[in-house]
Amino acid sequence: MEHTNPERILFGISYNPANIMMLFVTCLIVFIIAVLATRKMQMKPTGMQNFMEWVMDFVKGIIKNNMDWQTGGRFHVLGITLIMFVFVANMLGLPFSISWDHELWWKSPTADPVITMTLAATVVILTHFYGVKMLGAKGYFKTYFQPMPFLAPLKVIEEFANTLTLGLRLYGNIFAGEILIGLLATLAAGSIGGFVGAIIPALAWQGFSIFIGAIQAFIFVMLTMVYMAHKVSVDH
Amino acid sequence: MFLDTFVLLSANADSGFLASLNQRLNLGDIIATVVFFTILMLLLKKFAWGPLMGVMNQRAEMIANEIETAEKSRAESQKVLEEQRALLKEAHTDAQSIIENAKKQGEATREDLVQAARAEVSRMKENAALEIVTEKEKAIAAVREEFVSLSIMAASKVLGKEVSEEDNRDLIEQTIVKAGEGR
Repeated sequence: MEHTNPERILFGISYNPANIMMLFVTCLIVFIIAVLATRKMQMKPTGMQNFMEWVMDFVKGIIKNNMDWQTGGRFHVLGITLIMFVFVANMLGLPFSISWDHELWWKSPTADPVITMTLAATVVILTHFYGVKMLGAKGYFKTYFQPMPFLAPLKVIEEFANTLTLGLRLYGNIFAGEILIGLLATLAAGSIGGFVGAIIPALAWQGFSIFIGAIQAFIFVMLTMVYMAHKVSVDH
Repeated sequence: MFLDTFVLLSANADSGFLASLNQRLNLGDIIATVVFFTILMLLLKKFAWGPLMGVMNQRAEMIANEIETAEKSRAESQKVLEEQRALLKEAHTDAQSIIENAKKQGEATREDLVQAARAEVSRMKENAALEIVTEKEKAIAAVREEFVSLSIMAASKVLGKEVSEEDNRDLIEQTIVKAGEGR
């Protein structure tokens, strides 16, 4: 199934309306889940509140693995939002993808490199921002010359490499998953034999993609906190 | 004129740059991603994470308080238990001493009673002995008297004449006393 991304130009800026729509859907779903889960809050949590608290504690654990809570507490909200956002975004393309006029409209927003790279760049820029904010400009630049001054060029390259790998890892995993699901779906739609042949691998791959999506969301947040810890704590 | 051209040129250059950028980059997507994510984060912070964190902190505080209270009440009950134990011990000692005292007192009382009873008995014995002696004497006196009258009666009969009792009584009594002593 050949398809391209829809392109529109608004206010002189080109954009992909499918991406905007999927981002909006992701935000909406995350928001609804979060608000539903925290609507009736109790001291003794039940149901969804339990789940949300588990997510919070999970992210808290990730942060605590990388820095002390005094420093890391401020990234808690960022971490929870990121993990929920990336996970939901990863899941969206799994059940189906919709194309119209050979333009792909419904997919995982994270199956688009622009979006994942934007997220990754945002995260890395945030790490620099907090690095300067918490260590001061001097302390921030000093981190480039530690542990050895001659490693400074590598340190600079590392920043770009981090951004690139952070974004492209997520994109690659999700995009590959969707491509394979798309191929299997095409096979299944082709003939009865194809349907019979494709149904088991399709089911297996979808299950695996759920796993991949969850793992990638976890890795994304984990690496965010690792990079953050590199920038904001001196002992690293 | 010159300025106009410059502005036009720059506008052209600008749109040219943007157009060429548009062919290569989805700038709109980038802006949308950042804006959406930021808005989502702020909304969630306000409506979901903030309150949830509040509740969790509250709970943590409550648990800490509960633990503290439990610790306190445990210490308190420990103290009370110690007190009670001490009191019990004291009561035990008191009871022991009371029993001891009572025993001693009972012993003393018994001793007293026995003593008193013994005294009473001996007194009664003495009394009885005295009484017996008195009675005996009385009886002897009575017998003697009877004997005197009988003797007088017999003598008057034998003599056939009235012997004045008053005259002879003294004599007879003396005789009898002598006889009694002689016996």
